[in-house]
Amino acid sequence: MVKQYLVSMWKNAPAVFYVLLVYVFIFLPVAVLVLFSFQDALLPIPPFQGPSLRWYEAIFTDFRIMDALGNSLMVAVVSAALSCFLGFLAAYGLARYTIRGSGVVQWLLVAPLSVSYLIIGMGLLITFKTMAIPKSLLAVIIGHVVINLPLAFAIIYSQMGEHQANIERAARDLGAAEWQVLVLITLPLLWPALLASFFLSFTLSWDEFIIALLVSRFDVTLPVEIWSLLRSGLNPKTNAVGSVVFIVSIVLVFVMEIVVFGRRKSK
Amino acid sequence: MRAKRKLGGWGFVGPGLLWTIAFFAVPLLIMAAYSLFQRIGGRIVTDLSLSNYLAFFTKPHHLNALINSLEVTLITTIISIILAYPLAYILAFRVPPRWQRIALMMAILPFWTSYVVRSYSWLLVLSSNGVISNIVQWLGVVDSPISLANSRAAIVLGFVHFFTMLLTLTIFANLVQISPNYKKAAADLGASRLQTFWRITLPLSIPGVMVGAFLTIVLALGDYITPQILGGFREVLLPQAIMLQIQRQANFPMASAMSLVLMVVISIIFLLFSRWLKIERM
Repeated sequence: MVKQYLVSMWKNAPAVFYVLLVYVFIFLPVAVLVLFSFQDALLPIPPFQGPSLRWYEAIFTDFRIMDALGNSLMVAVVSAALSCFLGFLAAYGLARYTIRGSGVVQWLLVAPLSVSYLIIGMGLLITFKTMAIPKSLLAVIIGHVVINLPLAFAIIYSQMGEHQANIERAARDLGAAEWQVLVLITLPLLWPALLASFFLSFTLSWDEFIIALLVSRFDVTLPVEIWSLLRSGLNPKTNAVGSVVFIVSIVLVFVMEIVVFGRRKSK
Repeated sequence: MRAKRKLGGWGFVGPGLLWTIAFFAVPLLIMAAYSLFQRIGGRIVTDLSLSNYLAFFTKPHHLNALINSLEVTLITTIISIILAYPLAYILAFRVPPRWQRIALMMAILPFWTSYVVRSYSWLLVLSSNGVISNIVQWLGVVDSPISLANSRAAIVLGFVHFFTMLLTLTIFANLVQISPNYKKAAADLGASRLQTFWRITLPLSIPGVMVGAFLTIVLALGDYITPQILGGFREVLLPQAIMLQIQRQANFPMASAMSLVLMVVISIIFLLFSRWLKIERM
């Protein structure tokens, strides 16, 4: 087995070499980032001294970074939940009811996907300005629902087949009320799609920068706080924050992999 | 009996649709109106005119921002495809199925790090006291620090890093969907492996390449972060020019006009790619 594996590896040497080269390219900046987050000096540049946890201590005692972290989590959870809720309702309405002009409705719902975040953020900034609505985290949440609702809708809508419709009809025939059909039949059947859209929306909101920069002011999200850290140039603190964000994202991706795809496999 | 019900649908579709109209469609319309205003002497004048657009296409520093953006995006897309295609191919056909999922996840792991932090990480590698400068000095290639940051090449490198991962994903997804029967048939009919690739696999994988290329172009054209962190101030890309109008000049009418130009450019690209972008429904 092992020998066979080695022989095939030798045959595939050029391919393996290419893959390793690209992996090095892909992981180089991340590796440098994490390594120098343990730097025991004032600059995150060679030579490496350490390891030291002083910069992690520095960020976990920095109330601005911790506030931003809390804000980011709050914005991501609320906007992802809202996107999934609105996306689910719209998908259910379009899949199960006759709606005049459903083509236009669908087109409008996914239209924000084809517009740059910068432009969506600019539009919101100018709109809030004209209406004298102050910059705030609420404005960020509004913007993040705009960008994530189309994705949530598209994912959930694509999973609403005839198969579920038949089960829903059966439940109705057996006397279930409309809300019972929704809560007891449709939601459990769509659980994987809902989870996938929630995690995707959460990740995109968690990392979104330009809309958050444009429409927030005093309370900011983590990417915006990191952006202002960048003004001080190369800084091991930025390395430490970046590494923490990286770890959080990786954990999320693996949770999603296990929860969403693990379920599908076990079916 | 596939009865879609007649009444009540708007109750479900309504909230999401209203949200999109109120916070997406209406702001775009307000922006379009703003782009026809002017900012004169610190005040917004609401007489309608096309002077912002005229200024954009006649003043070289505005137009150059657009040209720079298009050039950087084109170079980025080509290099990313060249890097990503072989990787996706090897992952799809050479890696044993047991390892495929984990190998793919590894290939796109840094995709999930913060976008801002990823550009900053390249700064650590490229700056004059950074990793590469130290390595080439240690090797004796050069004897004084070299800075690779703050240049167009640095922007392209930062972009290529991100979009190679994205393209690997779309191309891989396309390659594994190609039925192996086509390749078997080609082999039975006497085609060499190279011929099979050129005549069968490559043409069938074009949709994956095109979808990835489209996403790359749209995201790169609209990105402010990577050029702002890795580029210098000698040349700016269009999103930077737009942000300068907002942050330095507070010239919202001009920024609106430039944003709409960007939107039109992206729409044209969408039309060019539309034959590959048909969304399949299950």
